Amino acid sequence: MSGIHDFTLASARDALKARKISAVELTNAHIDAIDRLDGQLNSFITRTPDQAREAAKASDAALAKGEGGSLCGIPLGIKDLFCTNGVRTTAASKILGNFVPPYESTVTANLLKDGAVFLGKLNLDEFAMGSANLTSAFGPVENPWKRKDSDAKLVPGGSSGGSAAAVAAGLVLGATGTDTGGSIRQPAAFTGIAGIKPTYGRCSRFGTIAFASSLDQAGPMARNLQDCAILLESMAGFDPRDSTSVDTPVPNYEAALKRGVKGLRVGIPKEYHVDGMPAEIEAFWQQGMTWLRDAGAEIVEVSLPHTKYGLPTYYIAALAEASSNLARYDGVRFGERVSAPSLDGLYEASRAAGFGEEVKRRILIGTHVLSSGYYDAYYLRAQKVRTLIQQDFLKAFENVDVLLTPTAPSGAFAQDEKPTDPVQMYLNDVFTVPASMAGVPALSVPAGLDARGVPLGLQLIGRFFDEETLIAAGHAIEQAAAFHHRPTIHAGVSA
Amino acid sequence: MSYRITGNTGEWEIVVGLEVHAQVVSEAKLFSGASAEYGGEPNTHVSLVDAGFPGMLPVLNQECVAQAVRTGLGLEAEINLFSRFDRKNYFYADLPTGYQISQFAHPIIGKGKVLVDLADGSTREIGVTRLHLEQDAGKSIHDQDPTRSFIDLNRAGVALMEIVSEPDIRSPEEAGAYLRKLRQILRYIGTCDGNMEEGSMRADVNVSVRKPGETEYRTRCEIKNVNSIRFVMMSIEVEAQRQIEVWEAGGTVDQETRLFDHVRSETRSLRSKEDAHDYRYFPDPDLLPLVIEQCWVDELKAALPELPEAKRARLEQEYGVSRYESSVLCVEQAIADFYETVARGADARLAANWMLGDFFAALNRTGRSIEDSPVSAEGLRELLGLISNSTINGKIAKEVLEDMVETGDSASAIVERKGLRQVTDTGAIESSIREILAANNDKVEEYKSGKDKLFGFFVGQTMKAMKGKGNPALVNETLKKLLSE
Repeated sequence: MSGIHDFTLASARDALKARKISAVELTNAHIDAIDRLDGQLNSFITRTPDQAREAAKASDAALAKGEGGSLCGIPLGIKDLFCTNGVRTTAASKILGNFVPPYESTVTANLLKDGAVFLGKLNLDEFAMGSANLTSAFGPVENPWKRKDSDAKLVPGGSSGGSAAAVAAGLVLGATGTDTGGSIRQPAAFTGIAGIKPTYGRCSRFGTIAFASSLDQAGPMARNLQDCAILLESMAGFDPRDSTSVDTPVPNYEAALKRGVKGLRVGIPKEYHVDGMPAEIEAFWQQGMTWLRDAGAEIVEVSLPHTKYGLPTYYIAALAEASSNLARYDGVRFGERVSAPSLDGLYEASRAAGFGEEVKRRILIGTHVLSSGYYDAYYLRAQKVRTLIQQDFLKAFENVDVLLTPTAPSGAFAQDEKPTDPVQMYLNDVFTVPASMAGVPALSVPAGLDARGVPLGLQLIGRFFDEETLIAAGHAIEQAAAFHHRPTIHAGVSA
Repeated sequence: MSYRITGNTGEWEIVVGLEVHAQVVSEAKLFSGASAEYGGEPNTHVSLVDAGFPGMLPVLNQECVAQAVRTGLGLEAEINLFSRFDRKNYFYADLPTGYQISQFAHPIIGKGKVLVDLADGSTREIGVTRLHLEQDAGKSIHDQDPTRSFIDLNRAGVALMEIVSEPDIRSPEEAGAYLRKLRQILRYIGTCDGNMEEGSMRADVNVSVRKPGETEYRTRCEIKNVNSIRFVMMSIEVEAQRQIEVWEAGGTVDQETRLFDHVRSETRSLRSKEDAHDYRYFPDPDLLPLVIEQCWVDELKAALPELPEAKRARLEQEYGVSRYESSVLCVEQAIADFYETVARGADARLAANWMLGDFFAALNRTGRSIEDSPVSAEGLRELLGLISNSTINGKIAKEVLEDMVETGDSASAIVERKGLRQVTDTGAIESSIREILAANNDKVEEYKSGKDKLFGFFVGQTMKAMKGKGNPALVNETLKKLLSE
């Protein structure tokens, strides 16, 4: 541990407080790393080095006076789904054009208030719709990891693929993500980092571009759970501008790391042993159970009987909401407009040119499931199943404190191995979607490499607003797994 | 008498239901903090939420909910403690988010009723199906430029109450009476100003016709956005006539949306059922279900002002005014308040008489409303007091009222200034009468030979000689005495 790129967010925070390093130095080192590596990774859509340097200077001034918030001087990246005042916000879509919001999302405002330094806006799947970061209008993001014997470009997962890649490659000390059906956890697993999807309502959605309002939830992505805990504490909190945000105190998440798992009851949902799951994933999962058992937890099999309906109901509920949420991108008030002689023509031309394939596909599906004659069979039934899925979790949590599952059914795949069938692509979310549907918190921790040297993540799912127990259990895995591998492309590796 | 339209095949009955959009009186919009005030330069009362900017979220304005509940209470309706907001999806340039937030499946107010008074003195009950809260859209302006349209979002997001009636209305008159009564209730409670010219109250009119005695409804047409009570009544008549002609020609009425053109006095098809939007309603995931407490409803109920029906009954009982007088006095709360201020401490019947007569005439003449009446209630009460205590007579009082309107002086000041105090000195009256009788000997003879009608002539002449100030009772009495001498 010597170089500036060996810092975690927590150790950087401590070094800054102790004035062992200045915020300007730290920021410059990260800007330099972005300049060196991001031409290849493409994790940033918009870089804001000048603003970052200004913010770093201000941080140093505050730190010199012994002031500054919990994130004072910490360089972060922001998923380009969060509106940032005065900085272009794209949702990785052409349709927003050069949209510059005159307002700040609550989550990023909270981070700024605590002194964070934003290095720029991170790439993602267009409107957060995707699991491989291949649908961005600004090009795919490359995973900084490589397979052992191959130079193939791997996907970083999605939709928070830019966030995941930037954190993994050491371009930022932490990043914001959003998770609708797995968009924080799956890319975290694919890139060997940690990510938390908090309880629905924990972080405000105000100022975050909506995909599916009843599922979208912001969360932290960082190298480990301590870093995530520090970020989450800043991001979370009640916001009167979001009617679905919940007014409950934000605990000291970092303190939960030390709680341990002695006596903790860990549920293993038997329905997650899905057909066709690779043996090495199954073995990896078993390893996770062993680690937790060795740390003092009790492993219990539980049943979540409606698991198999998770994906189809998710793709109905989420896309129904998305079809409506994306109606505002019409070329009338902001973003790209393609002129046409009639209003309908303007809509058609602007939306045809502005949205990508996957977004169009999802708008069509969402529109269809809400259509008269189909509403009851699709949307209404999906809502009922969603309630059943939620009840599955509530029932399981009567017996256990957390659930342990793999985060994804495989490690990162190569960009050119992308399934041609969109439904096959959706299977990436099979383990992450149910917790989103239920609204309960979940996280992913890196815990090992697959046979080809690509990282794998374990998922923990917890009770409503019990992120602390999740963090405690996740930290036990972190300690047992001792995951210190680094990706091939990393700021600390000289070219 | 039931309203009937006579066609070639005999009589037809009309069936009408009204959907009234009433703009909620509130400072801010339904889901944003922007001002809900009417007017203003285009696009000045618009928040980022109203304009549908990315990441913006609606937050329900509790005052609008209170206004809807108050209105529900005024309509004696079921108040639903659980209701929900849905999205109604459609694309239009003045609908920034691409959906209107409304209440589709679970409205805040359920079944209620409105009692309407008809010209023949009868009363009818019109059922209210439901009332729900929703957002208004913005305004598209198409006549400023040959190729472009302009959008004003000031109105976008303003709270509306959609009040849906049962198909209980059977004549244009009943439709008019229903709208007037509804407006009266809304104004009393202060939940909508009912100003149809400014668009704060608009109606969609559902019309069908059938043969008297038929129990099923025939296909209806909806006439959209009619913006005056008179046009509502006209449109019903015109549309019913059209439908009757269609049926009688052997055709069928198609369910469709129509527009009323008052200049041509016709309705025109706007879009057919096949072209109807599929609004893809679903619960708005940005908003929690709206759950209100019964105790809060009770509080709102306790704080409601007296409503028109109750006020009428009380005025009739307390002040002895007629049913007709009470209906006029209760048209607006301010008029009833004005009346009560006058009537307390004055002859209440006389007060009703004067308000309905000379006082309203004076308001009309000066183009003033009751709120900025040139004569205060206290001023009018003083004037009536002068009549009651015989300081002036009724005829002089009319003159004094005109002077009050003109100068703003008090009644007693005018009486003093102009020397209008009535003469009750019997000696003075007698001498005036004697002069009149002496100058009209021939008429006196005619009277005495039986032409009784001439008595009025002598009264008139006497009053004229006394410049109207004679006490009418004393003048009569003295005249009778002297003529019988």
